[in-house]
Amino acid sequence: MKKIGLSGNYAVAHAVKMADVDVVAAYPITPQTTIVEKLSEFVANGELDADYINVESEHSAMSACIGASMTGARVFTATSSQGLAFMHEVLFIAAALRTPMVMANVNRALSAPLNIWNDHADAMAERDSGWIQLWVSSAQEAYDTTLMAFKMTEETRLPVMVNLDGYILSHTYEPVELIEEETVRKYIPSKPLVNRLSPKTSFSVGVVGPPEYYFEMKYQAIDAIERSRSTISKITTEFNRSFERSYDDIGTYGMDDAEYALLTMGSMTGSARVVAEEWRRKGIKAGVISIRTFRPFPVEIFRQKVSGLKGLGVMDRSSTPGGPSNPLFCDVATCLYGLKERPVLQGFVSGLGGRDISLENFRTMFKATMDAADTKSPKPCMYVGLRE
Amino acid sequence: MLEIRWHGRGGQGAVTAAEILATAVIKENRYAQAFAAFGPERRGAPVLAFTRISDSEILLRSQIYEPDVIVVLDKNLCTMEGVGDGLKGRGTVVLNTSHPPANFVDTFPQAGKIATVNATKIALETLGSPITNTAILGALVKVTGIVKIDTLDDIFKERFKIYADKNVNMARRAYKEVTIMERGV
Repeated sequence: MKKIGLSGNYAVAHAVKMADVDVVAAYPITPQTTIVEKLSEFVANGELDADYINVESEHSAMSACIGASMTGARVFTATSSQGLAFMHEVLFIAAALRTPMVMANVNRALSAPLNIWNDHADAMAERDSGWIQLWVSSAQEAYDTTLMAFKMTEETRLPVMVNLDGYILSHTYEPVELIEEETVRKYIPSKPLVNRLSPKTSFSVGVVGPPEYYFEMKYQAIDAIERSRSTISKITTEFNRSFERSYDDIGTYGMDDAEYALLTMGSMTGSARVVAEEWRRKGIKAGVISIRTFRPFPVEIFRQKVSGLKGLGVMDRSSTPGGPSNPLFCDVATCLYGLKERPVLQGFVSGLGGRDISLENFRTMFKATMDAADTKSPKPCMYVGLRE
Repeated sequence: MLEIRWHGRGGQGAVTAAEILATAVIKENRYAQAFAAFGPERRGAPVLAFTRISDSEILLRSQIYEPDVIVVLDKNLCTMEGVGDGLKGRGTVVLNTSHPPANFVDTFPQAGKIATVNATKIALETLGSPITNTAILGALVKVTGIVKIDTLDDIFKERFKIYADKNVNMARRAYKEVTIMERGV
């Protein structure tokens, strides 16, 4: 199929249009804005038959999405950074009420100082909200993953957040192969979901859950995301087969025989691979692992992928100030703790607030990971690219 | 891999030019990335944009520090301090200016090729507005042969709709009028 030049944000907008959503409720925020700008254009010129609700805040956007989802509508919203933070309390409600919806989160740093550029602090702050979190490394993957996300949210009845790095993916034009709209409509047919707000089936939602009930109800939401693992894998495998792609919960390069690897999320993956290829040409068995499905964390698959590895460098693009380590590193260490044989872990924080992670920075991280593994003595978290 | 850095001022279309070139390369079934150094955008302020071009899939996502080609859309930025930073040895420079290429040897000592075109004049006469991006694209295509000029025409038609013809004419006129100086460095 013919590739065209599209930005990551426009790729997402095209996926949402092809998914034939019923409701878009959104509030503009950089660098997400061009997604909903494009969608409002599609609605205005008749290419997309949807209700576009201009709300007065992200808190209202998420609330409107929950209400719309309860009527059985297919729902989409997009946000970034402070906008996602403003949705915070409502995100937990969306997950626990089991309202299907897809949200694109165009990753951006949190203030202060005010910063519109990329890091992963916004999504990490919502890690525990009960949403499925997917991360992409290209505009093509943003498009494909958004399509899959609609299927995932409707089959699991859990909201799905598709994360794409601000500017680095959202505003970069690159080749994207769009699937024929008719084919997409067959892939995710508009099937009416249950209308929980119908007067015919009157019951209450969002009621008080006192101590006698809250625990069980919360556990159902916890159990739902635990059980969503198999559904996510199934949908990804089907998508790969239908559209000749090769996505997995965890992406890998060179991991069949790698001795040293970097663990990445999002747009860092490509540059990490360039450096891994460079090191392979020098005879060093280097690899890259990238987490595509961050929640639910693919624990078993992750353990398989790192087996036999001597050293693993974990790249966080956010931080947990005052914590034992940073979000991704903590997850990785937890996954490996119970294993007898496990790689030496070296933690890194890089690229906060849009600081470029250069090839030289990646080389530094590969080298530090090798040193940590060979001497079996990792350093405390290294802040790579930070001026002294 | 070919890496291009675009210098312009807000409103001249440097970001759009970077995107159009990438889109044209993709239309010719090769690989390209276009991105900008986004900041607090405002009309008239210096802006930077980038295009990366390759025959194979582009994995790299860091910024461009050592461009093969530097393009300057604003005539007053041609000798701005830092405009030539990082240019690869024997690299190419394409400038919007009324002056001949020889005047810029000191600014771009490492350049192997310096090309000049009066894009502002072409834009004012054709479009009636000093938006120089499509004219400079025509000159760049002549100097480097990155894409066919016909491919640029196609992209202008898709992107500019009623202004397509004027942009086609601008690019084609700059393609003809650009002055190229080769230098043995």
